Amino acid sequence: MIRRRPPSDPAVAGLVKAASRSAFSRRHLLGGVGLGLGATALSACAPPAPPATAAALNLPTDVSDTDKVVRWANWTAYLDYDEEAKNYPTLQGFIEQTGIQATYSEDIEDNDAYYNKVRPQLIAGQDIGRDIFTFTDWMAGRVIREQLCQPLELIRMPNATNLLEPLKDVSFDPGRTHSLTWQSGFAGIGYNKEKVGRELKSLDDLWADDLKGKVVVLSEFRDTVGCILLHQGVDISKPVGKQQFETAVAEVEKRMADGNIRRIKGNSYLEDLKTGNAVAGIVWSGDLFVLRAETEDENWEFVIPESGGTLWSDNLMVPITSTHRRNAETLMNYYYQPEVAAQVAAYVNYICPVVGAQEVLAQSDPDLAESPFIFPSADYIAEHNITGFSALSAEADAEFSAIWQKVMGN
Amino acid sequence: MSTLAHVGAGASGAPTSPSPEPAKKSRLAYLLLLPGAVWLLVFFVIPLVQLFTVSLQSQFPGYPGYYYRDVNVGNYWRAFTDFGPHFGRSLLFAGLATFFAFCLAYPLAYAMAFKAGKWRGVMMILVIAPFFTSFILRTVAWRQILADEGPVATTLNTLHLLPGGRITETWMAVVAGLTYNFLPFMVLPIYASLERADHRIIEAGGDLYANGFTTFRTVTLPMSMPGVLAGTLLTFIPAAGDYVNAELLGSDNTKMVGNVIESQFFRVLGGFPTAAALSFTLMAIILALVFVYVRKFGTEELL
Repeated sequence: MIRRRPPSDPAVAGLVKAASRSAFSRRHLLGGVGLGLGATALSACAPPAPPATAAALNLPTDVSDTDKVVRWANWTAYLDYDEEAKNYPTLQGFIEQTGIQATYSEDIEDNDAYYNKVRPQLIAGQDIGRDIFTFTDWMAGRVIREQLCQPLELIRMPNATNLLEPLKDVSFDPGRTHSLTWQSGFAGIGYNKEKVGRELKSLDDLWADDLKGKVVVLSEFRDTVGCILLHQGVDISKPVGKQQFETAVAEVEKRMADGNIRRIKGNSYLEDLKTGNAVAGIVWSGDLFVLRAETEDENWEFVIPESGGTLWSDNLMVPITSTHRRNAETLMNYYYQPEVAAQVAAYVNYICPVVGAQEVLAQSDPDLAESPFIFPSADYIAEHNITGFSALSAEADAEFSAIWQKVMGN
Repeated sequence: MSTLAHVGAGASGAPTSPSPEPAKKSRLAYLLLLPGAVWLLVFFVIPLVQLFTVSLQSQFPGYPGYYYRDVNVGNYWRAFTDFGPHFGRSLLFAGLATFFAFCLAYPLAYAMAFKAGKWRGVMMILVIAPFFTSFILRTVAWRQILADEGPVATTLNTLHLLPGGRITETWMAVVAGLTYNFLPFMVLPIYASLERADHRIIEAGGDLYANGFTTFRTVTLPMSMPGVLAGTLLTFIPAAGDYVNAELLGSDNTKMVGNVIESQFFRVLGGFPTAAALSFTLMAIILALVFVYVRKFGTEELL
C-alpha cells in the first residue's frame, strides 16, 4: 500500500473540514439511514473526525467492589495449567484468596488479529467482555497511543515494584503507567542439532546451502527483521529508519528468492519443526523448550545469534471500556508475588519479570532457576547483545507493517 | 454463492403457471419469500452496501487506521495494480482445481448413478463424510500427510518425481488442497443430474447403433450438463475466494486474493478500504466470468 505523507498542516485541516462537511451531505444522511445496522456493526470504518490527541480520558465507572469479576484474555500456553484438575492452579489460588471470580480465555493468537477485532468496539465505547488483555510491546504502544487502555493505579499494586529494573521504564510506555509486563522472551536461532549435523551460531549459518528450504522465520517482523538488522550492525534500540528497514527486508526477500527461507510463519512454525518440513529458523525461546518436552528430543537447541537477538515482552493492560479495573489491578498485583510468578515461570519457560521469583524457584528446582532463558542476568543480556526493538512512530509502524505484509506475499 | 442465491430467489419468486386465484396465490408466494428476503437483506444486501462505502473511504493522512467518507476510486485502482498477480493466481488456481475436480468427480458420479448398485449408499456417505470434520482441520491434516518426511513426499522423492523436493509450500499443494476441499460440491450436483436422467433415452442410443462413446457424448453428457454447470460454479466461486488452502498449504509466493483481503483487513493498519475494494473487484470479476460461462453453457433447466 502506498501511503501519502501529509504535505503540511493546512492540507490536513482541509481534509478534516472536507470530512466534516460531507458528514452533513444528503448522501451521508441517506446512507446513514439505510446503513444504520451495518454502520453500527462496523462503526470503526467511519469515525467523524481524527482522534483528538489531548482529549481527556473518559473512564467508565468502576464497579469492581460490587461486581467481583475479572475477565482476562491471554495467549495460548501462557499460564500454568493442571491437566488433571483442568484448571489454572495460580488463578484458582487468586479466586480463593480474593473472592474475585477470574475467567481466563486464550483469545489471542496474533497481535494484529486480536487488536483489529477489539479496536472497533473499543473506539465505539463498547464493552469487549474482557478486563485484561495482553499485547506485545509494539502493539501495547499502539494501544496506549490510541488511548484504548486505562491508566493503572500503581498505588493499588504494591507488588509491581517487583518488576525487573530494565522493564520499569520502556519506550512505548514511559514510567509504566498503562501496562505491566506479563512475560518476556528472546528471538534467536532455533534448530535441531542432530538433523542439521552441526552447531549454528550466526545468521549466516542459517543460509547454508544444505539448509535450503528447511528454514522458517517468524512473521513478527520486529523479531525476524530485528535479528537481521542486528546482523547488519544496526542498533535496534534506537528508532530504525526506513532505509535501514528496507535493507534488512531486502535480505529477507533475497533469502526467500534463493529458496533458503521456506516460509514466514506465525506460531505454527512449531508444526513445521515437528514434521521435519523445517529444521532451523528464527524462533522464540520458550517455544523450543516446549518443543523439547513435547517431542522428547534433546536435540532442539535455542541460541542467541552471535550478532545478537531481540528481547520482547507481553504486557497486561486494561481495556478502556472495562468496568473492573480495580479487580484487574488486584489480579496483576497477585501475579507479581514472587511465589506465584515462580509457579508460572516453571510452566511457561519464558523470562520471568518478577524480582524474587528466582530465589523461590531455586528452592524447588535449582536447574530451572539457573536457566538464562527464564532468569537472564544483566551480564548475559549485555554479552549476547540482546535488545528490544525500539518503539516506532504511528506512521513508521503502519508503513513498516505494510512493507512486511508485501514481503509475506500479501 | 451470492449469485446462486439470487438465481434461486428469482426463480422461486416468479409464479410460472396461471392460477384460478392469482391474487391470493401470489400473496402466499410473497409470504413464503419473506423470511428468505429478510435474511438476504440483513445478511447480504446491507453488509454489501456497507462494504461498498468502506471501499471508497479515504484515510486521514497521519492517522493510520482512521478513515473518512469519501469517493476514493483510487482504492480500486490500487487494489488492482498492487495485487494483480494475486488475482491471476486466484483465477488460475481455482480454474485448475475446478478442472481436476471435474475429472475426478464425473467418473465417480457416473459410477454412483449407474454402476454402484447396492454400494450407492455407501459411496454417497463416503463423499459426504469429510463434511463431518472441519474444513480447516482437514486442510491441516493434509499438511501432515504431504510433509517432507511424510509418505507421499518421500515416495515421490525416491522416484525423482518432485523437482523442488517438497510438496507443501508449493502451488501444487494449494491446487491439490482446493481440489480436495471442493470435490463434494462437484460430485453431488453431477450425481443428482445423472441419477435423474432417463435410462431409456441412454439405451435408445445403443438401439440406434451408436457406440458407447458416442452415446455418452451425445446423450449422457448433455443430459448431465445442468449438474456439471452447477458443480463447476459451486467449485470455482468459493475456490477463487478461498484463502485457507493458500495459507496452510502454500508459500509466501502462492498467496491468493483471499489472503490479501485477510491481511489488509486484519494485519495492515489502515487497510480496510483496500480490502473492501479488493473484495468488490473479486466479486465483479467472478460475476463477469460466471455470466459469460452460464450464457455459453447454461441450459434451460438451470435458469
